[in-house]
Amino acid sequence: MSNQILFWLMAAVAAMGAVGVVAFNNPVRSALSLVVNFFVLAFIYFSLNAQLLGITQILVYTGAIMVLFLFVIMLLNLGAPQALQEKRDIKPLLGLIVGLGLFGILLSQVVMPLNFVTRSMARDDFGTPQAVGKTLFTNYVWPFEIASVLLLVGIVGSILLAKRRI
Amino acid sequence: MTPLWQYLALGLFMFTTGAIGVVVRRNPVVVFMCIELMLNAVNLTFLAFARYSPSVTINAKNQVQSWMAGQMMVIFVMAVAAAEVAVGLGIIMAIYRLRNEVDVDEMSTLRG
Repeated sequence: MSNQILFWLMAAVAAMGAVGVVAFNNPVRSALSLVVNFFVLAFIYFSLNAQLLGITQILVYTGAIMVLFLFVIMLLNLGAPQALQEKRDIKPLLGLIVGLGLFGILLSQVVMPLNFVTRSMARDDFGTPQAVGKTLFTNYVWPFEIASVLLLVGIVGSILLAKRRI
Repeated sequence: MTPLWQYLALGLFMFTTGAIGVVVRRNPVVVFMCIELMLNAVNLTFLAFARYSPSVTINAKNQVQSWMAGQMMVIFVMAVAAAEVAVGLGIIMAIYRLRNEVDVDEMSTLRG
């Protein structure tokens, strides 16, 4: 029962962070809401026994990617309130209706039919660094190498895009 | 033990919020944040399914341990998201340098 209360607390904070990303007008506030969301999500990963991925979530997302976002906001000077006023037109209302429809349909047709699954069947140590590392460097070593090539291409591409003169 | 559908419902909520944000917001940096939100919702769903599915090794040749597939997918989604953010923010910087404004609704040069 205390599990449930803890999960609902974390889920509520994560959901509020997610809403804050969309609702705040100031992009800096959106970025900070996203930090809150990612941080709480790491603890939800811990509750799923995925320890290594929770730590990776904190390091990669709340650490590296959010610093990159804040850095770009600072460089573009988007933090000023008058920089980009959101227009008041039909689009937010339409997006809200479509989004709520999507949420309702997927919740009733995909999620709720799975409500008989209550017992976790994976091994308890399936998220430890030992288990993940062993699988990653044996069975998944080829995708791992391709991912490293992709990151190299990303580095070169972002330098090429951000440079003034090549 | 928390039932599976609660994790899935949280992931679905985050995904829907991100989708609404991508459609509604006009600031490209915030649009990117909403894409990150959607990717994280998918990661949460992968991990929840990985935790609640049986941990058997299905393959006869003992090559692929299916019980780790969800976590592997999450790792690769994180790597792709990092590369995507770096390149995407570089593109936003380049557009800002070219036109001195960033508004998704005004970027219609490629419209045929």
